[in-house]
Amino acid sequence: MFNNLKIWYHQGKQFIPDVRNAKVPGIFRGRPVISVDKVDGAALAACCPANAISQSPVAIDLGKCTFCGECSIRFPGKVMFTTDYKISTNERECLIIKEGVDQPIKLNKDIIPGEFISMFGNSLKLRQVSAGGDNSCEWELNAANNVQFDMSRFGIEFVASPRHADGIVITGPITANMAEPLQICYDATPDPKMIILVGTDAISGGIFEGSPALDRSFLDRHMINLYIPGNPAHPLTLINGLLALTGRE
Amino acid sequence: MQFLSIKNNQPVPVSSIPELKYPEFFTLNTGLVAEKPERHCVSYYGYPVQDQIILICCIADDSEQMIHISSCTVKLSDQLPSFTTKLFCFEKFEREIHENFGLKYTDHPWLKPVRYAFDRFDSTRNISNYPFYSIDSEELHEVGVGPIHAGVIEPGHFRFICNGEQILHLEIQLGYQHRGIEKLFLKKKELSQLSTLAENIAGDTVVGHTTAFAQIWESLCRYETSREIDFSRTVALELERIAIHTGDLSALCTDIAYQLGSSVFGRLRTPIVNFMQEWCGNRLSKGLIRPGQVRFPFTPALVDRLNQVLNSFEPDFLEMNKQLFMLPSALSRFERTGVVSFEDALSIGAVGMAARTSGVHRDIRSSHPHSLYPELRHAVNVKRHGDVYSRVQIRKNEVIQSIGYLRKLIADLPEASELSELSVPGENLFTLTLVEGWRGEICHTAITGPKGELIHYKIKDPSFHNWLALALSVRNNEISDFPVCNKSFNLSYAGHDL
Repeated sequence: MFNNLKIWYHQGKQFIPDVRNAKVPGIFRGRPVISVDKVDGAALAACCPANAISQSPVAIDLGKCTFCGECSIRFPGKVMFTTDYKISTNERECLIIKEGVDQPIKLNKDIIPGEFISMFGNSLKLRQVSAGGDNSCEWELNAANNVQFDMSRFGIEFVASPRHADGIVITGPITANMAEPLQICYDATPDPKMIILVGTDAISGGIFEGSPALDRSFLDRHMINLYIPGNPAHPLTLINGLLALTGRE
Repeated sequence: MQFLSIKNNQPVPVSSIPELKYPEFFTLNTGLVAEKPERHCVSYYGYPVQDQIILICCIADDSEQMIHISSCTVKLSDQLPSFTTKLFCFEKFEREIHENFGLKYTDHPWLKPVRYAFDRFDSTRNISNYPFYSIDSEELHEVGVGPIHAGVIEPGHFRFICNGEQILHLEIQLGYQHRGIEKLFLKKKELSQLSTLAENIAGDTVVGHTTAFAQIWESLCRYETSREIDFSRTVALELERIAIHTGDLSALCTDIAYQLGSSVFGRLRTPIVNFMQEWCGNRLSKGLIRPGQVRFPFTPALVDRLNQVLNSFEPDFLEMNKQLFMLPSALSRFERTGVVSFEDALSIGAVGMAARTSGVHRDIRSSHPHSLYPELRHAVNVKRHGDVYSRVQIRKNEVIQSIGYLRKLIADLPEASELSELSVPGENLFTLTLVEGWRGEICHTAITGPKGELIHYKIKDPSFHNWLALALSVRNNEISDFPVCNKSFNLSYAGHDL
């Protein structure tokens, strides 16, 4: 008993009081800022392993970016990754960061279904489906519920069955072998329900884009309610994205 | 000499690998491994050349610190006796060869699909109609779990045959995570793409797999790594080991409903992964390791920071462990649960931490050391009982050992030096690398063609061997103990399915 209390005392205060404004330590690669400096656009686009950089105007697609930082190392004056982790959005185009733009990424409130706020504003239960996810996003989803990030303080939790869930969270590029289980899981979730894509692999296929072992047709058939980029997505990106989607920005 | 002996990371011309007739190939490789605990098969695979299949078998010898390579060319029409009838450790390798190319084994006892690769030989075999083993009995029932699991983890299907609460048999069906990585290695041409692919093989072993890829590439380019490169890889490997072992201890506590342990170990993982972020901008070390590069130098400021992190981590980690190991309710769940015997571990060719808990001395850090491991003179942690408790203890011991290594390493920070330029891979080379990730031995092999392009790339995650160890461990256990057995191994689905 006393030992337990001692351990408890030794942990100090671990939880992050304000997950909306917490600072991340070190050199986190969050939302990039691209300057209007002139550089060799072709070389910049070619250095990206995931084909995320387009030219004229220079833009980085965070849905494809693997956040390796190669572009910022090769073209330090042109591309800079900020520590802004609030990079979730519900519009795919908002993930494309153009040169000269330094504005926070927001959700489009007009396209959030009303019941997400009225029904899920205080309690959101999600079912996670790893469809080829490499276990990095899965680690971070679990971390979002540890004592530090403590996502459950907002009533957001992962549940064991799709029948108990208000939506599904997909990680991974969606392999052909997981396409059917994913569809079954989605069908088993009661309406109204949301679909959330976590991580670059889920949003665009990432480095696996174009692999014949994938079957991403599920995404063509359904509307995506939230994109949470990252490789893997940071727990703070995830929590803030979910809060914004349920009207708690 | 019937085989070629090479060191870890040593490139050799493909033509120098002796080519044997199948009967000699069979006798040689089964003979090398049989009744020799210090030898095991690290990789055995085939690749097609015209209408023939070239088989390459790599047997590591831990006492000689060499890897014995031999090859054999077979035709699709051949009827071959399988290695598996002699030695179970070849079981999965032969299944994989059969699945990929349709090679016929006359006497393989368990010729079932491995991962339903997109380019498998028989595309009528589908992941939804896997041929599960079943027993026709009114006394027994089957329990199916997955592919989607209750927790936030990767997919795989487990089929139990139970007598009441007791598990008689477990069959594990994988392949749901198959992304076609090995083929993408041949398709993608840019080095940055290949490095990114390597770090996505298994997101919990980013450092392990990227180090393996970097070593393969440097070996093909005959590139000498600087001390600074070796230093950063060794430090990153040990940090990854600490982070995952600590996270796994948390998950093990969760599975026995021990809330305090779960919370404390869970929060202790955070300072370690946050340190990775301070170093390289990513909590799981993505982007850190690249062939012939030090992308994020380890600065003296980071040395101070890591010392701080370790100094505050260690007492809390030890205190929590002490309490856990004194708790009768925890010990009763851990002890004698999920036992893998020494004989079983050896016969299935288990590797890494899972093998060491059953008394098998297998650790690449001491047997085929790379990077700065020769200097660390790694003393292998071995346990004898092979139960969940051993796997908990070995995690604790390895974390403490890794902390010691890190302190030793950062006390002698190498000078930043001008790095030599990485050239292009040589022509017609074969090379093999072994890296001890936190799970165990990671083996990558590569073959280049006449222009130095990759013509074959093979990845073997330790989970490839060890999934069978999990299936054996749960026999005769209560089905309610399955989660804690599973977590005690924490095997990779993505690393297996590729």
